[in-house]
Amino acid sequence: MTDLTKAPVAVDDRPMVKAEGVHKSYGQVEVLKGIDLEVKQSEVFCLVGPSGSGKSTFLRCINHLEKINAGRLYVDGELVGYQQRGDRLYELKDREVALKRRDIGMVFQRFNLFPHMTALENVIEAPVQVKKENRAAAKERAMALLERVGLSDKARNYPTQLSGGQQQRVAIARALAMQPKLMLFDEPTSALDPELVGEVLDVMRGLAEEGMTMIVVTHEMGFAREVGDALVFMDGGVVVESGHPREVLTNPQHERTRAFLSKVL
Amino acid sequence: MNKTDQGSVTSGRPEAIKAVPVRHPGRWAGVAVIAVLAAMLLHTLIYNPAFMWDVVWQTMQDRTVLHGIWVTIELTVLSMVIGVVGGVLLAVMRLSGNAVLSGTAWFYIWIFRGTPLLVQLVFWNNIGYLWPKLSIGIPFGPSFFSEDANTLVPVFTAALLGLALNEAAYMAEIVRAGVQSVDEGQTEAAHALGMSKAATMRRIVLPQAMRVIIPPTGNETISMLKNSSLVQVIALVELFTAGHDIYARTFQTVPVLIAVSIYYLLMTSVMTVGQYYIERHYARGANRTLPPTPIQRLRALLGGSSARKPAAVTDEGSQA
Repeated sequence: MTDLTKAPVAVDDRPMVKAEGVHKSYGQVEVLKGIDLEVKQSEVFCLVGPSGSGKSTFLRCINHLEKINAGRLYVDGELVGYQQRGDRLYELKDREVALKRRDIGMVFQRFNLFPHMTALENVIEAPVQVKKENRAAAKERAMALLERVGLSDKARNYPTQLSGGQQQRVAIARALAMQPKLMLFDEPTSALDPELVGEVLDVMRGLAEEGMTMIVVTHEMGFAREVGDALVFMDGGVVVESGHPREVLTNPQHERTRAFLSKVL
Repeated sequence: MNKTDQGSVTSGRPEAIKAVPVRHPGRWAGVAVIAVLAAMLLHTLIYNPAFMWDVVWQTMQDRTVLHGIWVTIELTVLSMVIGVVGGVLLAVMRLSGNAVLSGTAWFYIWIFRGTPLLVQLVFWNNIGYLWPKLSIGIPFGPSFFSEDANTLVPVFTAALLGLALNEAAYMAEIVRAGVQSVDEGQTEAAHALGMSKAATMRRIVLPQAMRVIIPPTGNETISMLKNSSLVQVIALVELFTAGHDIYARTFQTVPVLIAVSIYYLLMTSVMTVGQYYIERHYARGANRTLPPTPIQRLRALLGGSSARKPAAVTDEGSQA
């Protein structure tokens, strides 16, 4: 705090993500019924809960893949998808939404690698197309990222030639190539064979150690307990319980949390 | 236990199976029937003087016919280029969230797919009846440029308009089907990376949609080559019309049609080969190994082991 050599960035007091009464419905079905939460910088924030509880939907609201119907959602102090001028909200243009998404990496349950591109091409696509980075420089960085996820020897392979775990690691490298300040993980290991889960979690653990802010929707309670800094249990579109993962997982206060954990642990 | 297991493996590898293969008498009967029919066909091709092979040969060298081939190719290529570009545009409009854009595309497709091509060709050729003068200027205001419709739309242009605008309507539906076949997760992943809608379409969705778009487009191109003969109704001399003009004079209808058909077959054959290679190009990433090219297959057949393996993508670039 007193170190004057550092720029006075508010590392501690400004949350990376802040949700205030976030509501989301599809037609008549209300999926999120007022979510309030805060994700601090450099935190590994785990979202757990039964399927249909709204945790994936909430994650997709953070980078505006889904529009929220009510409440406020902030990333790094800025409103998601809207701009406030006076007491009026203005929808952001597609271009402005895209600009904000650059800083938020997302990893999907089903990897969603671009199948017509090699692993390397997948990783350099956004830096070259979106940030207009020099191709050679992007390639060099991409190779370093692939190296980091342990796949430098697969750079020339197409996604179909990779295992699920390898594909997901390429997907993480692809997201990191945009140098995001926040990473969203939407059940990153749920589509993997059990023996491949570990390699993906290892990469995520490494990221956490480097101080990346991560929001992880997961069923991997072991990972949440070991790596997580905060955990939220959601059910039926509301936050039922939150706290430090070790506390919530070992000593759940609510009946619903207990019922869920007894099934997954 | 262990010992006996190993013993049985080394000493007791069973003899390779030598069984009598299943016989297929039905197939041989079929072959016999086809052989007889083929012989009859060959016989009549050679000994039936009505085929007039000399006339066929002469027609194939006729200058109007050779020029007609050129016109047919021109019409086909230009119409397909305009048709594909227009089709992509219409498909994007049709899939747009804007109701006016998608409605306009729907209306266009409704009109051009819903009326006969023949009618459209004659219509474009008679455009001067509706608007004797065509001009460029401010709508409902003064015009800067004005020209007689019949000068501005000569027969070739009318033929091109008819074929291309009609084709665009069909291509629009083909492209739309292709775009819709691409998994939604692809668009989401691209958007999550900060790619714009246009870049997502161009870099991510369309290249994948191509796998679905190419085969019917190949069909369309081959149809276009043959349908271009419809322009005979507006008296544009392409391959078929050139032939038609000859047999209208000489009454040697069948030999002339054979000559013309040989050229059509040659052209569609070349296109089929082209289509194969385009499909192969867009199969990247969809198949673990690309299918061999016909040349590679031929080499494998002739050269046995020395032949190249299918062009699998390997890890050779890992030192980069």
